[in-house]
Amino acid sequence: MSASVPGAAASVEKTQLAQTRRLAARQTVARVFNVVFLLATCFAIFALAVLLWTIVGRGWDWLSWDLITRMPSRKAEQSGLNSAVLGTIWVISLTSLIAFPLGVGAAIYLEEYAPPSRWTKILQVNIANLSGVPSVVYGLLGLGIFAEMLHLGRVILVGALTMAVLSLPVIIIASQEAIRAVPWSLREAAFGVGATKWQVARHHVLPAAFPGILTGTILAISRAIGETAPLLVAGASAYVATRPDSFFDSYTTLPIQIYNWTALPQKEFRSLAAAGIIVLLLLLLTMNSVAIILRQRATRKARW
Amino acid sequence: MGEGLAGEATGQVSSVPARARPPAQPFDLSGAERRDLGERLVGIVLFACAAISVLTTVGILFILLERAIEFFAEVSIIDFLTGTQWTPLFKGQESFGVLALVSATLMIGALSMLVAIPLGLMSAIYLSEYARPGVRAVLKPFLELLAGIPTIVYGYFALTFITPEVLKPLFPETKPFNVLSASIAVGIMVLPMVASLSEDALRAVPRSLREGAYAVGATKFEVSTRVIVPAALSGIVASIILAVSRAIGETMIVAIASGSRAQVAKDPLDGAQAMTGYIVQVFSGDVVSGSVVYKSLFAVGLLLFAMTLLMNIFSQWVVTRFREVYQ
Repeated sequence: MSASVPGAAASVEKTQLAQTRRLAARQTVARVFNVVFLLATCFAIFALAVLLWTIVGRGWDWLSWDLITRMPSRKAEQSGLNSAVLGTIWVISLTSLIAFPLGVGAAIYLEEYAPPSRWTKILQVNIANLSGVPSVVYGLLGLGIFAEMLHLGRVILVGALTMAVLSLPVIIIASQEAIRAVPWSLREAAFGVGATKWQVARHHVLPAAFPGILTGTILAISRAIGETAPLLVAGASAYVATRPDSFFDSYTTLPIQIYNWTALPQKEFRSLAAAGIIVLLLLLLTMNSVAIILRQRATRKARW
Repeated sequence: MGEGLAGEATGQVSSVPARARPPAQPFDLSGAERRDLGERLVGIVLFACAAISVLTTVGILFILLERAIEFFAEVSIIDFLTGTQWTPLFKGQESFGVLALVSATLMIGALSMLVAIPLGLMSAIYLSEYARPGVRAVLKPFLELLAGIPTIVYGYFALTFITPEVLKPLFPETKPFNVLSASIAVGIMVLPMVASLSEDALRAVPRSLREGAYAVGATKFEVSTRVIVPAALSGIVASIILAVSRAIGETMIVAIASGSRAQVAKDPLDGAQAMTGYIVQVFSGDVVSGSVVYKSLFAVGLLLFAMTLLMNIFSQWVVTRFREVYQ
């Protein structure tokens, strides 16, 4: 571009000079934005750091083993998360038991069984749209259908059903992706030796896709653990001071207990809420690490 | 369930090579008939799993419409959609003008995008065009972590950090509950979504376009902003619409940080209740099942559902309609 021609007219040299200057300016812009883009990306890390630093700073002193063995109380010093932790465990276990088989089943149907028809397309679009419905609307669904029309009331079962319906689209989509990643040659080989559709799916596709399915499910379930609004609407109780011991008991969960403490004006309860958030984040971190380890192990073991 | 039925035949198939199978016999001893029955049963069961998603949609529509219709029997739908006074809990002068709630929702949606769009898009460009694989491998998990934080945590952060430690020093007139803190927190929450969906769109642009632009002497910045971003625009726009839809449906941040006073939102430093905030507020207190207030929740929910659904459909339409197809 800037190759100079010997004996060129002065005007040509002038344009060349201008071009060189413009090039320098353009390169400066490019260099500046290199940094700007990097800073923008680092903002996410910065925000995460400030958020964690704030919460750990406020909640650290309130963190103790007693916190998760004591029941909530009117006095901040004696208050604990016992019923909330147990409620979360009950609700989420039942949610997983309901949502996992249904989600994987639906994904197998859509990837292995469904004929390429309009009905299948509607199913697929419907699932995509469901994954975009605000979670609070699922709460209204749970309240209206499960709690009231089925007369179940404000119990763990209703919370788990609501959460299962909420997590299903996410589990289906993640499982579909995992199943789609299994190469066709694997299926063809199995069909070639005479396996039926279900045998191919059960013995070849599912084992190969399983780590991916599990990772997707764990991520969906850990999202459900952090959900507050749907359970608040569908009937978690604000104050529970007893251990749940059946699916028909009233319950509260970690995020709901955190919300209740945050909503109180006293400073002590705000700190207690921060301590609750630490417990919640540790729980989620554990689950996510498991998902990441599974994913890594799966990619290492991939046979194709 | 189907496994028990099909299990017997399975062992045979996987252990015996295809050529060793006997030719068709007059008496079929292979269990094929039972297997067929099992096969069909499994197909039906799997189909039922998939059909549950349709039931979910039907359930949502049914419950929202049923209760909303009951509500509109008591409150005129025109007053609901055009009124700006939202005072459902004032005994004697109840008023259900949903525009007050909608205005706060839209303000939060718009302000949060001021955070999420520039930062999200720039992160996407950096990750897709600038970052070396090693740097990307370090940065990407942080975005995923940010996306995995529960919204209640962002709500706490907005109320107890963004408002008192960031906004108050900058704008002393900031109220304890305000729209701006909620918007900033919502913006940070949807940022990873904009970044990762836009990055996917940018990465889908074929290499030849980049190479062509570099060959005529464009700088990296020019290639990114004048060639790659326009080429990926449909995907980027779709990601932004999805982000707006998420911001509008976001509940806990808004319920905690932007207050419970329903008024037409004008000042971002003042509190204003959003649609989702109203739903949570009512459930935090005691709500009598069957009352007008109770039914109003479903009317607000229906409006919210319609708004987010329209945006999601619009976003899908943008992707399919304006997708640049290469080769």
